[in-house]
Amino acid sequence: MTSRDEKPIIEVKHLFKEYKIGADKAYKTLSESIANVARHPARTLRDLRAPKSSFRALNDVNFEVERGEVLGVIGRNGAGKSTLLKLLSRITYPTNGEVIMRGRVGSLLEVGTGFHPELTGRENIYFNGAILGMKKREIDDKFNEIVKFSGVEKFLDTPVKRYSSGMQVRLAFSVAAHLEPEILLVDEVLAVGDAEFQKKCMGKMGQVASEGRTVLFVSHNMSAIERLCKCCILLEKGTIVQEGPDVSQIVKEYLFPQGEGILSSYWVNEGSEFQNPWFKPNKMLIIDSFGNPLSNPIPNNQDIWLQIEGSIDNLDPAVDIGYVMYSEGDTTLYWSGLKDHRESQWPTFSQGDVILRTKIPKRFLNEGVYKIELYSSLYQRMWIVEPGKYSPSLNLHIQGGLSDSPYWVEKRDGVIAPLMEWKGIMKGQRSGSGQYGHDHAGLKR
Amino acid sequence: MTKHNSDFELIIRPKYGLLDLNWKELKEYHELLYFLALRELKIRYKQTAMGASWAVLQPLFTMIIFSLIFGGLAQMPSEGVPYPLFSYSGLLLWIYFQNALTLSGNSLVENHLLLSKVYLPKLFIPTAPGLAGLVDYAIAMVILAAMMVYYQFMPTATIILLPVIVFLTLLLVAGMGYWLSSICVKYRDVKFVLPFFVQILMFASPVIYPLSIVGENLEWLLSLNPLTGLLNAHRAVLLGHAPVDYPGLAMSAAITLLIFISGIVYLRQTEKYFADLV
Repeated sequence: MTSRDEKPIIEVKHLFKEYKIGADKAYKTLSESIANVARHPARTLRDLRAPKSSFRALNDVNFEVERGEVLGVIGRNGAGKSTLLKLLSRITYPTNGEVIMRGRVGSLLEVGTGFHPELTGRENIYFNGAILGMKKREIDDKFNEIVKFSGVEKFLDTPVKRYSSGMQVRLAFSVAAHLEPEILLVDEVLAVGDAEFQKKCMGKMGQVASEGRTVLFVSHNMSAIERLCKCCILLEKGTIVQEGPDVSQIVKEYLFPQGEGILSSYWVNEGSEFQNPWFKPNKMLIIDSFGNPLSNPIPNNQDIWLQIEGSIDNLDPAVDIGYVMYSEGDTTLYWSGLKDHRESQWPTFSQGDVILRTKIPKRFLNEGVYKIELYSSLYQRMWIVEPGKYSPSLNLHIQGGLSDSPYWVEKRDGVIAPLMEWKGIMKGQRSGSGQYGHDHAGLKR
Repeated sequence: MTKHNSDFELIIRPKYGLLDLNWKELKEYHELLYFLALRELKIRYKQTAMGASWAVLQPLFTMIIFSLIFGGLAQMPSEGVPYPLFSYSGLLLWIYFQNALTLSGNSLVENHLLLSKVYLPKLFIPTAPGLAGLVDYAIAMVILAAMMVYYQFMPTATIILLPVIVFLTLLLVAGMGYWLSSICVKYRDVKFVLPFFVQILMFASPVIYPLSIVGENLEWLLSLNPLTGLLNAHRAVLLGHAPVDYPGLAMSAAITLLIFISGIVYLRQTEKYFADLV
């Protein structure tokens, strides 16, 4: 239902943004500039005219956003998401193209911008509000609400530098959350703070969306995107590769890219990534019980082993290695680590190359695409490879082999599809304990 | 179905016109300028034992030192005014100018988070220190008043020009601040050049010496310095010891306006890339 004079609230037309590459060129001292011109007048002229090597952060981006729509923008780091938001919020300007915005814009690219540590909470509320484009009167009206939402009433007249970082973030978000623009641009605000605070943020985001305001939301949190957004854009290397109202489909596309038709069932360290002395991952792959590499899709009626290969230069007893299993939609299914069992069962290591194998039992996962992400850490000290931070990952595509039953041949709903044990006990017939024991033993094997 | 009443339309393009200032937006955001200046004021003397009295102490001590050296030892002429009063009336405006310019010149780089994280009219950032400095100027004025009572000097009717002179100085600080702060975003050299520049400028302006001592040959050169006319007029309207040099003031006003307007244009032309460079 669109009325005749209702134009889209945001129109982005052929948007380009180029950054010059070469740090020495972008950022130099005045004397260098002068000296260069003096020394090589001809070259300087040529340099000025010749196109410098540049990097296109955005490459012909076109889209429209209707009033009241909540649009999610997803993509890998460097895909151009943040650049897009920076252009829309006029922090930086396009190299080419045009953006038309038909409404007051408020942007939350980072909470607490302009917070000054020497100023009190009260002073910062006003100052931060003004920076975000609020009028003093507006802030006056919402002052009590902001303070209440942040929960820092007692410290209102204390300089912000005495606040804990959590308090600072809460206060900053409270100010930002009470902004009432027609178009709200949000970038990863939800990535900060503890779980409870994130929940609060999500609630506020949902409320903003339900009030019919237009929101453009950039996040790596796929479940947040799926929950909040009615429309979604997938950016890749500065261009839109997917867009539309089918958010979950696009999210799936993003999480499990169908590269050459095969999901990568292995990961190889290309050179010097994850360099560290304790455990440097080299390779991760899926194999069968005999050590043969498996490629996707894999039927569910065989045991799958995850093989992790790495090298240890510096043996540290606190090193822990494991993986995180994600289901479609990036929901964490479980964590598993090599030191999950009692200490006597931990594998022992020596310096040099190590190979770890861990079993993912057959008929445990459901049909579908899962993601396995490596993690490793020095226990209670630091992450070596932190999950969620572009750590090594591979995909596991389970297809077929769900059960041997004629009643269960198609995929059922559910994140996992374990084959559970069932017994029928007839009245008056005693189940043999031996038989039961035998089955139990069989399961244990 | 509610029809939205805002016919507001914002167009973002790579380029805009030379003088496309967007007054509407500056008006829309004018409270931010007030808050920026207020913040500048509030943080200036935070965690200092002496607090705002520094606004007085800085020109006062400078005046005492200059009076001892130039007034006492060097016997500097001072247009028939006791040297302490002569130098303080100059230092009052000069120290305002010096402090505000230093803060303004570094303001964009210091506030790089504001540049790279939110949108706001960037013009306001280098403007704020000049505004905030006016408060210090007013505080330091109290000492001048006390000295005038002590030395029995009375301002004449031309004192009504004082706001104009101070306003012109504000425009000068702002204009130079626009230039220096925008250049500083790209070339951090400004940070190192600025202290020298300010120091040289002080000796090239009649702050602690009368214009007459430079001789007629160089007077015209000094009058190209917009501070010359402003400082002389500032002293004349306050102390009433000499007639106001209107041609000199007009010259300063013209140069000041030129710097101010060209500064705005330069900042507007370069601000698009601040976030990419800072």
